[in-house]
Amino acid sequence: MSPPAVSIHHVHKRFGNLQALAGIDLEIQRGEFFGLLGPNGAGKSTLINALAGLVRVDAGSLAIMGYDVVGEYRQARRMLGVVPQELIYDPFFSARESLKFQAGYFGLKDRNHRWIDELLHELNLTEKANVGMRALSGGMKRRVLIGQALVHKPPVVVLDEPTAGVDVELRQSLWQFIKRLHGEGHTIVLTTHYLEEAETLCERIAILDRGEVVALDSKAGLLSSGMQRRLHIYAAQVIARVPDSLRPKVVSIDGNHLELQLHKKTDSVVAILDTVRGAGIEPLDIKLEDDRLEDVFVQLTGHKIQ
Amino acid sequence: MYGAFMLFYKEILRFAKVAFQTLVAPIVTALLYLLIFSHVLTGRVEVFEGVEYTAFLIPGLMMMTVIQNAFANTSSSLIQSKVTGNIVFVLLTPLSHFELFAAYVGAAVVRGLLVGAGIFVLAVWYVKVPVHSLPVIIGFAILGSAVLGAMGMIAGIWAEKFDQLAAFQNFIIMPLSFLSGVFYSIHTLPPFWQTLSRFNPFLYMIDGFRYGFFGKSDIPVETSLAVVFAFFVALSFALHTMLRQGYRLRF
Repeated sequence: MSPPAVSIHHVHKRFGNLQALAGIDLEIQRGEFFGLLGPNGAGKSTLINALAGLVRVDAGSLAIMGYDVVGEYRQARRMLGVVPQELIYDPFFSARESLKFQAGYFGLKDRNHRWIDELLHELNLTEKANVGMRALSGGMKRRVLIGQALVHKPPVVVLDEPTAGVDVELRQSLWQFIKRLHGEGHTIVLTTHYLEEAETLCERIAILDRGEVVALDSKAGLLSSGMQRRLHIYAAQVIARVPDSLRPKVVSIDGNHLELQLHKKTDSVVAILDTVRGAGIEPLDIKLEDDRLEDVFVQLTGHKIQ
Repeated sequence: MYGAFMLFYKEILRFAKVAFQTLVAPIVTALLYLLIFSHVLTGRVEVFEGVEYTAFLIPGLMMMTVIQNAFANTSSSLIQSKVTGNIVFVLLTPLSHFELFAAYVGAAVVRGLLVGAGIFVLAVWYVKVPVHSLPVIIGFAILGSAVLGAMGMIAGIWAEKFDQLAAFQNFIIMPLSFLSGVFYSIHTLPPFWQTLSRFNPFLYMIDGFRYGFFGKSDIPVETSLAVVFAFFVALSFALHTMLRQGYRLRF
């Protein structure tokens, strides 16, 4: 059996007093679209940098497509494309030059210029290809970074917050582009602050908190794992007051719309509806909603993502 | 090795794009030194018998400029890349430690040789300088700039701020190069300073380089060659160890 795209075993990393990674175990299969979520300081970037060889771990091992990132760093790095979080660039060069040099460092000779042209075209950079990097907008610099990560056609692509600080329109087009890469067989690992992004794109998600994996499941599994659900009640009349027993469960009251948060195991929907009717509120319609990723996230980590 | 070649080429383009600052300026500065010192001292100082002071000065000024620029090239490239973060582009590649070393140091040697040749070409219009042995001249120029290129790499990796790099340059490189016999023969110094000078590795670079022009030197040229070469080996070893351990590059 071929080795997984990414395997991470018992990885520990400490920066001074800060335990950045506290024993991470993770395997990402080939062809997966994997999301790495976590609040600021959870260790997402440290983990990615360890995969990229930018951070040396204190204990444990990491491998890309079966190649150890320390012992077999040359093979491992050929298999990996990383889009860093910061908008870094070399001010001495243009977008085309940046891509050309990056390809060169990977030993790819001039005949690959067709691929560079294609990348520039795909990333909508053709018009600005020969302009100095300094003169490009933030969104364009971000796209050049993506191009640099893909220039050696790596099977595994890691994107560290690729849409941070990117406007909505560009975010959509980046999503399309990343989806296409995934469709072409690349394994995608994405860290993000935008839970919406993870919900839309990722098939499997790991939630990191304080250097540990606190949840690892498919998106559907993670969403159904939450113990809470929302009950929306639309009444025939404006809701003036709610029975005392329901008060702690109220999320919002807005005209004839009452939103309650229920515990899956202990709250009976029928009993709640009876209580509501007992208080003289006649439900016209109801809607039950499972948790969103954001709710699951808060339940698991005890804080919001931002 | 193609990857290393591309990095080498990129490093050359990097300084070539700002050639006014990296090539023209140091050549002009060296020529100004030459103009002023020769005007003041010619006829008053004779270091080697039968060698005019201006002629004596040229190889020293060339070598001083060569090594200062070799140092500046690697150190400024690395510190800039570290501060702006784009060092990551290189660190993410499969380039080996040796390839990184060869590419950066190679580009520093090219810059060193270019400024050295520039000074020579312009200075010979002004004063005649003999050429005793071209291989010795080129050999010392390459070896000297490789030593300083490696030193610049070490300094660039070590420094976390421009300020620290400036300290390295102003308190180590500049004094050592000024006190290495660029402007004088160490035989003109009092015994204490002569002895002290012998601990300055730059002395051997300049003295050996000067031998290539006049066939005369303070120190036997073989000794100079051995010292400079040993220095190069030691620095290369230190640098290779730093790169292998990821010192201040991979955290």
